[in-house]
Amino acid sequence: MKLEKIIIDTDVLVIGGGAAGCFAAITLAEKSDKKVLVVDKANIKRSGCLAAGVNALNAYITKGESVDSYVDYVKNEFENVIREDLTYSIGERLNSVTEKMERLGLPILKDEYGEYVTRGKRSVKINGEFIKPLLSDALDKFDQVTSLNQVNICDYLIRDGKVIGAYGVSVKENKFYVITAKATICATGGASGIYKPNNPGFSRHKMWYSPFNTGAGYAMGIRAGAEMTSFEMRFIALRCKDTIAPTGTAAQGLKAKQVNADGEDYVKTYGKPTTIMRLHSTIEENIKGNGPCFIETKGINSDVEDQLFRAYLNMAPSQTLKWIESGNYPSKENIEIEGTEPYIVGGHTGSGYWIDNDRRTTLNGLYAIGDVAGGSPKKYVTGCFAEGEIAAEIVLKDIENIESPTVDESLVRHIEENFQSTLINDDGLNYQQYEVGELEEAMQKVMDEYAGGISTNYGYNEQRLDIALEKLEELIVLSTKLKAKDTHELMFIKELEDRLIVSKVLIHHLKARKETRWKVYQKNLNYMEKDDENFSNYINTVYENGEVRVLKRELVKKGEHYEH
Amino acid sequence: MSIEIIKDKCVGCSKCIDVCPGNLIYKDQDQKMFIKYPKECWGCTACLKECKFGAIKYFLGADIGGQGGYLMTDDKSDFLHWHIVDKSGAETEIIIDKRESNKY
Repeated sequence: MKLEKIIIDTDVLVIGGGAAGCFAAITLAEKSDKKVLVVDKANIKRSGCLAAGVNALNAYITKGESVDSYVDYVKNEFENVIREDLTYSIGERLNSVTEKMERLGLPILKDEYGEYVTRGKRSVKINGEFIKPLLSDALDKFDQVTSLNQVNICDYLIRDGKVIGAYGVSVKENKFYVITAKATICATGGASGIYKPNNPGFSRHKMWYSPFNTGAGYAMGIRAGAEMTSFEMRFIALRCKDTIAPTGTAAQGLKAKQVNADGEDYVKTYGKPTTIMRLHSTIEENIKGNGPCFIETKGINSDVEDQLFRAYLNMAPSQTLKWIESGNYPSKENIEIEGTEPYIVGGHTGSGYWIDNDRRTTLNGLYAIGDVAGGSPKKYVTGCFAEGEIAAEIVLKDIENIESPTVDESLVRHIEENFQSTLINDDGLNYQQYEVGELEEAMQKVMDEYAGGISTNYGYNEQRLDIALEKLEELIVLSTKLKAKDTHELMFIKELEDRLIVSKVLIHHLKARKETRWKVYQKNLNYMEKDDENFSNYINTVYENGEVRVLKRELVKKGEHYEH
Repeated sequence: MSIEIIKDKCVGCSKCIDVCPGNLIYKDQDQKMFIKYPKECWGCTACLKECKFGAIKYFLGADIGGQGGYLMTDDKSDFLHWHIVDKSGAETEIIIDKRESNKY
């Protein structure tokens, strides 16, 4: 099989057409006449985390709250290890981007005075089932924006230490792409599938985060030597058992209690019911033998039940199907809950590229936004929109006097040879001892058992991490020998390579934090207490010559602005 | 957790291929769609909503409690009709007005 070569030049390349990437592209188009190319591994209309929809916008400054109170909330939930400059800059835009999304067609619930109806202090109620089609329609209105769908970007193009674009391969056509750009914005999302999931069998992709967000953005940055932050701040969600559907709709929406197997309301006995505490208390109850745990919905009336059916259809239809299919309605039975496997995702925690306040990464010419950008947890969908706007505005300033880059023919040839060397003809004669899915499972098992997955109740120690590193190295060697029969299989191999390097970097982060700062998310069994004296800082890493170098950085506090 | 494409109802329009966030759907020799990697399905229902011919069924795997039921959707511009069939074959229809927000 021979791949056709496609070379494209654009002003701004946006990798990933999710919430952050789409808002960046829309902002670029509204404020300039620059050519924008948005590349997505699937189709922007339904790609990424929001494919099924989203149930609420969970970062919004409601009446009586302020940007400062939003920053304080995020800071408290994450034990001070956040970038206050980044979080503040997001907070400033949360409400304007929400209104912008409403103008693009998103239904938001309003009261009789035309004000948004809020859920708690920071959420507004929406119908987010078709949020992706709305974003994709918004992009289509601009002639200067081109969407390139079903192309898997594999790595950045780098010349003299500067990112000058990226290259990738089509998922379904025999084509590879080399794209040059004056600025490149990475908006690929975070990483799922690095740990063994809750449902490892037939339904192995029934997980919280999109299984198609495979950490490509992190991996490309790591390989290119970009500085990364806070991977050890993993995210673990508390979800409905089996369907891995959200619990917030029932718990916060209905104000339903979390109860253990004896019907006891247990969360408050552990402390303030923060996101982490709801999860931590559930894991602890299971360890103590008080599980399983539930959200108490028994006894809700039929109107409330009907609204629950609808709310879940708009974001996680599997849950409504499960209720109706089995006849175990939530009014009759409480909803069983469980913790998911860990994910690396900068929209919920602080994991990602180490960026300055303008969203520049440590690599010249490269910007990072959304789940792939670190430092500002709990940005959620609206925070991703905000970061898209921020990066777009600064990119327009940065590229004002920049010429279009050119790419050497020798580099293009090298890329082509690299792709071709992994592809083989499907003549049935090419026996492979290992398959990509098998190696992926092996990696997930290693991470689960030795790096704090579900099977160890998320705890880890240094001895286990060292074993994990050894085993990952073996898998990395095996992964280099994999061959693909088509470009789709080539994508699977690239995804595995990405997850392996993300796992490796993650382990160095977990190891470097010799304390336990976040319950469940980061539980170092060698050091069970929080150590403010030595670890009130960020753990950052840079990948150089095959080695992961760890560095600690001082906290960026209120009123300070970090610059590279 | 996965989908099944009903061959008799599929007209070969390829719209489900275009929207699947996992690129999991392919065309067979009869120009009908099929899911090539059923275990890779996230269960997002993007393909169901795109199909104007009611050719796609969504079901829960037995490992997450599936009991033989399934769901289908019918997109009627401002309204999305969800048809949920339980294990006994009885059907429940839930109609969602797309312009209305969630109450919870």
